[in-house]
Amino acid sequence: MKNLLIIVLLLFQQQLFAAEVNVYSARKEALIKPLFDQFTEQTGIDVNLVTGKADTLIKRLEVEDKNSPADILITVDVARLIRGKEKGLFQSVNSTILEETIPVHYRDSNKEWFGLSLRSRVMVYAPDRVTDDELDSYIDLADETWKNRLCVRSSSNVYNQSLVAAMISNYGIEKTKHWADRLVGNFARPPKGGDRDQIKAVAAGICDVALVNNYYLAGMLESSRDDEVTAAKKVKLFWPNQDGRGAHMNISGAALLKSAKHKNEAVKLLEFLVSDAAQQWYADTNHEYSINQKIKSNSILKNWGDFKADTLNLSLLGKHNTDAVILMDQVGWK
Amino acid sequence: MSNAIELKNISVSIEDRVILDNISFGLNEGGIACLLGPSGCGKTTLLRCIAGFQYQQQGEVWIKGVRASNPVHYLPVEQRQIGMVFQDYALFPHLNVADNIIFGLKKLDKQRTKQRLDELIELFSLAEHVNKYPHRLSGGQQQRVALARAMASRPGVLLMDEPFASLDIELREQIAREVHQILKQDGITTIMVSHNQLEAFAIADVIGVMNEGKLLQWDNAFNLYHEPESSEVADFIGEGVFIPGKVINEKKVQTEIGNITGQSPHGFQPGSKVNVLIRPDDILHDDDSSMTACVRDKAFRGAEFLYTLELESGLRLLSLVPSHHNHPVNEPIGIKLEIDHLVIFPA
Amino acid sequence: MLVTRSTQAIPLNLNHKAFSFLSSKWNITLIFISFLFCIPLLIIFGSLFFPAKEIWLHLIDTVLIDYISNSFALSIGVGCLSLVLGIIPAWLVTMYRFPMSRFLEWALLLPMAMPAYIIAYSYTGLLEFAGPLQTFLREITGWQYHDYWFPEIRSLGGAIIMLSLVLYPYVYLLARAAFIEQSICVLEVSRTLGCNTITAFRRVALPLARPAIIVGLSLVIMETLADYGTVQYFGVSTFTTGIFRTWFGLGNSLAAAQLSALLLVFVAIFLYMEKRSRKQARFHHTSSRYSSLLQHRLSRKKGLLAFTFCSSPLIFGFLVPVYFLTNWAFETYSHVIDKNFYQLLINSLLLASIASLLALLIALFMAYSNRNSNSPLNHFMVRLVSLGYAIPGTVIAVGVLIPFAWFDNTLDTFLTRQFNISSGLLISGTVFTLVFAYLVRFLAVSINTVEAGLIKIKPVMDEVAKTTGMTSGKIIGRIHIPMMRGSLLTALLLVFVDVMKELPATLILRPFNFNTLAVRAYELANEERLADAAVPALAIVIAGIIPVIMISNSISKSRPGHE
Repeated sequence: MKNLLIIVLLLFQQQLFAAEVNVYSARKEALIKPLFDQFTEQTGIDVNLVTGKADTLIKRLEVEDKNSPADILITVDVARLIRGKEKGLFQSVNSTILEETIPVHYRDSNKEWFGLSLRSRVMVYAPDRVTDDELDSYIDLADETWKNRLCVRSSSNVYNQSLVAAMISNYGIEKTKHWADRLVGNFARPPKGGDRDQIKAVAAGICDVALVNNYYLAGMLESSRDDEVTAAKKVKLFWPNQDGRGAHMNISGAALLKSAKHKNEAVKLLEFLVSDAAQQWYADTNHEYSINQKIKSNSILKNWGDFKADTLNLSLLGKHNTDAVILMDQVGWK
Repeated sequence: MSNAIELKNISVSIEDRVILDNISFGLNEGGIACLLGPSGCGKTTLLRCIAGFQYQQQGEVWIKGVRASNPVHYLPVEQRQIGMVFQDYALFPHLNVADNIIFGLKKLDKQRTKQRLDELIELFSLAEHVNKYPHRLSGGQQQRVALARAMASRPGVLLMDEPFASLDIELREQIAREVHQILKQDGITTIMVSHNQLEAFAIADVIGVMNEGKLLQWDNAFNLYHEPESSEVADFIGEGVFIPGKVINEKKVQTEIGNITGQSPHGFQPGSKVNVLIRPDDILHDDDSSMTACVRDKAFRGAEFLYTLELESGLRLLSLVPSHHNHPVNEPIGIKLEIDHLVIFPA
Repeated sequence: MLVTRSTQAIPLNLNHKAFSFLSSKWNITLIFISFLFCIPLLIIFGSLFFPAKEIWLHLIDTVLIDYISNSFALSIGVGCLSLVLGIIPAWLVTMYRFPMSRFLEWALLLPMAMPAYIIAYSYTGLLEFAGPLQTFLREITGWQYHDYWFPEIRSLGGAIIMLSLVLYPYVYLLARAAFIEQSICVLEVSRTLGCNTITAFRRVALPLARPAIIVGLSLVIMETLADYGTVQYFGVSTFTTGIFRTWFGLGNSLAAAQLSALLLVFVAIFLYMEKRSRKQARFHHTSSRYSSLLQHRLSRKKGLLAFTFCSSPLIFGFLVPVYFLTNWAFETYSHVIDKNFYQLLINSLLLASIASLLALLIALFMAYSNRNSNSPLNHFMVRLVSLGYAIPGTVIAVGVLIPFAWFDNTLDTFLTRQFNISSGLLISGTVFTLVFAYLVRFLAVSINTVEAGLIKIKPVMDEVAKTTGMTSGKIIGRIHIPMMRGSLLTALLLVFVDVMKELPATLILRPFNFNTLAVRAYELANEERLADAAVPALAIVIAGIIPVIMISNSISKSRPGHE
């Protein structure tokens, strides 16, 4: 009876014992698969991938529970990592490589998640209507002078949620709410589309300033579509908060799952993802800032120069995420 | 022009097939006409031409002194002031009896609509069914609703396509007579289509016999039966047999069963060979007669038997005999001729 | 075709001898199977029993009114526009001949193959401020942003138009089938009663086709309510985006499930009211005689008008987006089409084939059992299963995920304890789960279609067959299947097309390394790499065209006596 069971079960899940890593990734396949291929080539360990929205993947992990086949969760923002941690999905990883490479404020104090790449929420402006000395901090965008001149995407977007969560961490709920309220009043149009759309809107004259993630602008500059390149060339990037806490940062990151059946391989993959080669790929392909200080930025990123990054503990972004959404609901940020 | 309906030289072809061939007739105000013929003879197409559902390549349709169509001009169906009853009644399944009947009365005000509805319900004895939906009605009831609906707006002409074909046989003649009465009472000019001659006889003042797209004869029932203009009409209307004969003089024909004399000249040259139509009612049973024929077949029809008789020569005749004269098959019986209408055609 | 239950002409003989083998065993199986497919819905409803008061206070305070009013406006808008775009062309191509009417007859179904989010992305690319059209306008006129008004595509109105352009074919499909089946006699009789062609349409044809049209309309509205991609991209906050915002943003999956349950309740009420209103006007065709449909040739002017009207949904719902997709595809196909791409194609086709076939079989089983049963529980379960169509795919997916994982985990615990063997996750995360989710979501389509076909088979036909000595199996094989061929094919193909386009459930439930065309197209489009998304999007459309043409043919042949 027992033998029969084993045979039957083996038929179903023969892969379980192979040298492989199973990854649930919120990063789109095109932006992660090539790295996995490199990893497989180097180590002989296969990487199996399911992509999806971070929250649905977290839900899947929750219900699959201890039997989940997944070893690693990759997200494109820190709030989801913290949500996963709160649900007890992760386990800590002891790896000197990870600890040496990743600055302390970009990884979990309990070693449960690690940042893999950096992105900043920056301002993009139309140089013919705005000079860079008119711009300063995120706070200033709430001023009366920007009435009908701002473009920002929907508050359903996690990068906006994280930005507002950061504001809450820095200034408290009341002050942030007051700020957000006036900011929404300055919108040139109801939020719609993605970050690229906001950049296009600035280029087209719908608004003068937009808040976007830096890599979208870089992506447009290198786009194969002429209209995107033209639009991107019409605008300029501005580093906010350089006299204050620095530009708001977010990470894409990863965590080892509690249910992991291929722990060694998974840790190897995490370490690979912060290796020089992998980090260079992030910078070159997706124009993100490397988490690894040694890596040189690609030419576009270099053109934007050095900047001061907010060193706020990213755990706070996750902590205030729900508050941020509630607050944005209240001020009518669609 | 006094005719309510006038058809002039109507011809219709569909995909190179001639459906109607040069048909003309007129029907006077208040007249009831029936187009009679086997299926496929074009009678329904002719009706649809009058209604306006079918275009003709040639000819004109006049309704109430208005030219309804010629090959170039065409008055839409809804402007022809016609009412139509379809073979399967085509009641609107989504409307109840009352709404079906008043469907065409949009132009009347509420009170007059109600008044007309009440009249029709009274006329067709539909009082207890007013609120029913069509599928709850029997065939006869559906038929009456369809007729009431077609008559509601007092159309100039009423067209009926096989109106009784879907009814039980027992009901047919009774309803046909009722309908005849109502139509006459209201003086509605009517053209109906049927393949059943009894129905046609029961209802129509004038009958158009059709075959293969041609109008063979346009006449009243009596004349069609007794004075058919062609052997096809004679064949189609009523029962009977043709027996060979030879013309003796302008009124007399010689046949195997004796010389037959007509009341008026038949117009054939003496000596020419002809066929003589013998109806079953022309042959009477007479035990005293010297002429006998053998019973070969018999069909019981209630009051009468229809006997198929065979003469010694092998010639067969039909005879209607009162049903108390019950003779077994193969028994010879005496017969005699009593022919009022001599009907002959060239052999 | 997909005519509705209300055309149920003759009360079905419930203890039908020909089907005595469908005994109580079948009843139990029916209830079991329906229950299986209801589990995800029951889980969603179950969420209502857990309190989430604070979050609800917040939702009611801020965004709930927005969700409800936007969803309402969206449903009404898409419903009305789909009716106009569906019914009028269906009438025109059925009754008249005009330029290209024969072509339009089937071509009008083509937009069905177009995923809504793809058309939304394409039009935004074309019509947005920075898009080619407006840029061109500005170049020739010298206008600036504030100098002129241009309709904003990314708005509620835009979403209504986008969704209508791809959803109207449901109404068209059903309306056309209904018009074809109508006895021409009732239309002719209305003409003799003073109706012109337009009033005959309004007073007779339309009311008669109403039940079928309403079924089409409810499919449209359910699809609209379940749509996420389009409204999210257009920044319209509807119930569905609200569900996701509550889940992802507020991190509250319970409240999200409760919002879904609320959505379900709305849909159930809508369906119930629709059914009740139909019950009051229950009717069937009185005329069983079908004279051939003589298509009236329209005059030049009217024909041109009809052509313009009928071709516009095809042009805007299909040709324009396909034109742009093709252009982009030419730019990018060389690096998009590789050997992985063929794998995507095969995956999509296989999934769609398996799911549509299974959906058909289950729908057949349910329809037959339901036909031969008078248990209200049966009827209720079958109706409940049909609700799945209105639920966003993601929510269904979670509803499927939970019981499957529970089953796997329980089995694993049991085996570990008893035999010290771990079974791990047996069915979770397999294609099986995925197909199950498709069935939960799309069974409504196949059940409705199959039932409509079955109703046309009157018990008397079974009886006739029985007298010739046919067995029940033979009756089904030689009488029912041929008679329902059109309906069965339609059921099969509608689900096929739907699965080809399905995205959210696939995204969540798929196994490792398993992609479909829809997933690929979405990921690329969502990355705002529309040009790269063009090839997989086109592949979905092309794979959908063939079934669409087949559906159309099967309808044309559905007219009794049609040669």
